Amino acid sequence: MSVTVDRVRQRAEADARAHGIYLNPDQKFLGDLIEGLRRNEERYGYPSCPCRPATGVFDQDRDIICPCDYRDPDVAEYGQCYCCLYVDKKTHDSGEIKPIPERRSQEKMFTVEAEAQQPAAEAKGSQPAARRLWYCRQCGYVVFREEPPYVCPVCRAKKELFAEVRLAVEQGTT
Amino acid sequence: MPATKVEGSKKEHRVFLYTLSTCVWCKKTKELLRESDVEYEYLDVDTCGSEERRSAIGALKSRNAQIGFPIIIVDDKTLITGYKPDEIREALGL
Repeated sequence: MSVTVDRVRQRAEADARAHGIYLNPDQKFLGDLIEGLRRNEERYGYPSCPCRPATGVFDQDRDIICPCDYRDPDVAEYGQCYCCLYVDKKTHDSGEIKPIPERRSQEKMFTVEAEAQQPAAEAKGSQPAARRLWYCRQCGYVVFREEPPYVCPVCRAKKELFAEVRLAVEQGTT
Repeated sequence: MPATKVEGSKKEHRVFLYTLSTCVWCKKTKELLRESDVEYEYLDVDTCGSEERRSAIGALKSRNAQIGFPIIIVDDKTLITGYKPDEIREALGL
């Protein structure tokens, strides 16, 4: 099934509502962003940020799948996300949209497609092994990733508040 | 797909852009240059093919450039990351 702009827009609207934020009030700007997300979903299989370079390798791009890991801290600090899809009420009402600094690590920005695919090609199944369970010490949210998210998507606690979940099997219970 | 040239009557500076086809700030930068009638070349890093992409990223790495789009290079020396109309106008003497 092909991705339609209406679906992408509805999804963004629903997400903004759920988080108490808004979409870019500039309709032309918003339309371009929605179209960019639609194109990325069509070509990569997921809607990565229109304003960031994706590799097309899911594990490499996971942090920039909209809504990206950086949206909430950016909306909190600058009143808008990096691509300017999501804005807070103040920015929505004033309409003052501007480019903001990049929060994503430069290392990730420099990764090209070929490099991103290499680890998987070298040893099949080595990547999932690097994933671990992390829990948010503030709200208990658990995530299975290489590293904790930038902020907790549930309670917005910072990355530093995450701790690794270590599983232990109790001996001698029989 | 190599870089695309956009004709303009102002050719005093060599203007090269690294852009993404889906990026709205990149689009605004291209519009600014077109409206100012500045001749420029651009490479959409997301649609250009992996060879060009790799060499583009290599070139930016060697310049110690901050990656963020658009990246504007004027006369092979002034590098501007992001849509900064004032800086772009200043670099081009507009």
